[in-house]
Amino acid sequence: MRFLVRRVGFLLVALWVALTVNFFIPRLMPGNPAEAMMAKFRGHVNPVALHALEVAFGVNTHQSLASAYVQYVGNTLHGNLGISTSYFPLPVATVIMRALPWSLGLVGLSTVLGFLVGTAIGAIAAWRRGGVLDSVLPPTFVVISAFPYFWVGLLFIWLFALTLNWFPLLGGYSETATPALTWSFVGDVLVHAVLPAFTILLTSIGGWILTMRNNMITVVAEDYVKMARAKGLKPRRILWQYAGRNALLPNLTGFAMSLGFVISGAILVEYVFNYPGLGFMLLQAVENEDYPLMQSLFLLITVAVLFAIFLSDVATAALDPRTRSSS
Amino acid sequence: MSWLRAAGRRLRRAGVFLRRDKKAAAGSVILLLLLIVAIFPSWFTPDDPAAEIYTPGIGLSWAHPLGTTSFGQDVFSQVIAGTRQSVFIALIVGLLSTILSVVIGVSAAYLGGWIDDVLSMFTDVVLVIPTFPLIIVITAYLKNASFWLMVMVLVFTGWSYGARQLRVQALSLRNRDYLLAARARGESALYVIFVELLPPMTSLIVANFLGAALYAVLAASGLQFVGLGNINAQSWGTMLYWAQNNEALATGLPLWALAPGIAIAVLGSALALLNYAFDEVANPALRPVSRRKVRALS
Repeated sequence: MRFLVRRVGFLLVALWVALTVNFFIPRLMPGNPAEAMMAKFRGHVNPVALHALEVAFGVNTHQSLASAYVQYVGNTLHGNLGISTSYFPLPVATVIMRALPWSLGLVGLSTVLGFLVGTAIGAIAAWRRGGVLDSVLPPTFVVISAFPYFWVGLLFIWLFALTLNWFPLLGGYSETATPALTWSFVGDVLVHAVLPAFTILLTSIGGWILTMRNNMITVVAEDYVKMARAKGLKPRRILWQYAGRNALLPNLTGFAMSLGFVISGAILVEYVFNYPGLGFMLLQAVENEDYPLMQSLFLLITVAVLFAIFLSDVATAALDPRTRSSS
Repeated sequence: MSWLRAAGRRLRRAGVFLRRDKKAAAGSVILLLLLIVAIFPSWFTPDDPAAEIYTPGIGLSWAHPLGTTSFGQDVFSQVIAGTRQSVFIALIVGLLSTILSVVIGVSAAYLGGWIDDVLSMFTDVVLVIPTFPLIIVITAYLKNASFWLMVMVLVFTGWSYGARQLRVQALSLRNRDYLLAARARGESALYVIFVELLPPMTSLIVANFLGAALYAVLAASGLQFVGLGNINAQSWGTMLYWAQNNEALATGLPLWALAPGIAIAVLGSALALLNYAFDEVANPALRPVSRRKVRALS
């Protein structure tokens, strides 16, 4: 229990830091480019919305920093993220909600899948130490994980979309398709997701394989695993329920730590494939100098990562009785 | 002259390590070659990488081993010229963020108490906030970030992982007898840290340097690829930016986009291979075992 309370505390601190960083970035930058953006807004936006933007970006306010900060935090907590300039006059929140499901589907699924498959492969590689899997996979994936994510995406586009014509080139669905809940549209979406998903999977899986393998090697040498063998338990049971369960714990923490890294790669993968998710939208916002959208996306991605980390903490507590005891 | 003999012994030991460990040897050779290319690009190509003087968009040939861009620049010269920025970013960011990790991680562990609490909390928060979106937002305001600006941003976002690892190791060493003895002798804190505490942590520090360098190469090339670096500089990421913006893949010039990516991958792999080898030094349990030994054990 104490463990979870501490983790909730940490989550809140991290959220507060992210919110504060977001508030100060435009104020600390030389020449505050948001000012030019504001000039475009004047006269087109209702005064209340304009004032909220001025508070968020520190433009034209006669308020003290402290009162602007309080007002900004209040606005953000109520979901008033401002108005997007590139999708004018839509509010940022509405624009983001369009991209969110795409990223959750693509990045969420391929990250979780990569973690599960990679962890399993790592466990088996360590279990059969010196076997084919153990000698080939770790060094291969060490090399692959050093490739830039986006470049692997480019390679796939060139190979599978342009040269072989197996998969569509860009986007989340065909331009001719009408978004609806029909089999043909769902199939179209899935076909479009194959290449980007495979890019994320291939480049992220190596990390999970390596850390799981290394944890597992240490755990397999422990006495309780020898004891389990001596008892004559089935190897499969020792592998997953004795050794695997314990080796997974540091990997779960590792999952939390590496998630930010995976998300970073996924942003570029979305960009390469013009996939209509949050990462592509973030880079589009940068290109269009849509600062309200850009900053809200940063905040949202951060919040998503922090909650995923919190979930992995909860999973750790569920798997490891030591974290639950009050010591 | 005893330090000279000690240094000699270290070098010899490093030589033995490289000869025995093929991964480390491959990594060091590649890194050395890239370093030479980075320092003396003119040894490898006399061409001006930016000059638009050739027939645009031609494929492989003797005159242009990797073809030309659609502006009529030689792709091979661009890859050679771009080496410098990527290698330097790797080394400089790796070095600076390792120093920051050591300072923060080791002082947290050594000083303990509330200082440790504050520093650890700070480290953890920096660690979990996704750095790449943050860097994108910062560089979006700065517009065409220069080399040193990019180094600074990457250092301030890349130190936390190492600091956390180093803190854990320093904590485990802190109460060893030999350290307590040094403190009981009345040695200064600086002496204890630099002479007694840091040397046993060398392999972890080196591993951190390699990890930070790899992070810097990938992050910097990603930023340059989306046009957030200086788009007029010579670098692999910038090459990819121009290739992508001129649809190199779709217009039959795949080498323009593939070559710089392979170059990044080669540099990244060299760092990753060395890192992997150092992991095995730091943790002997991970060293490869012969198959016969495995069979004998099971």
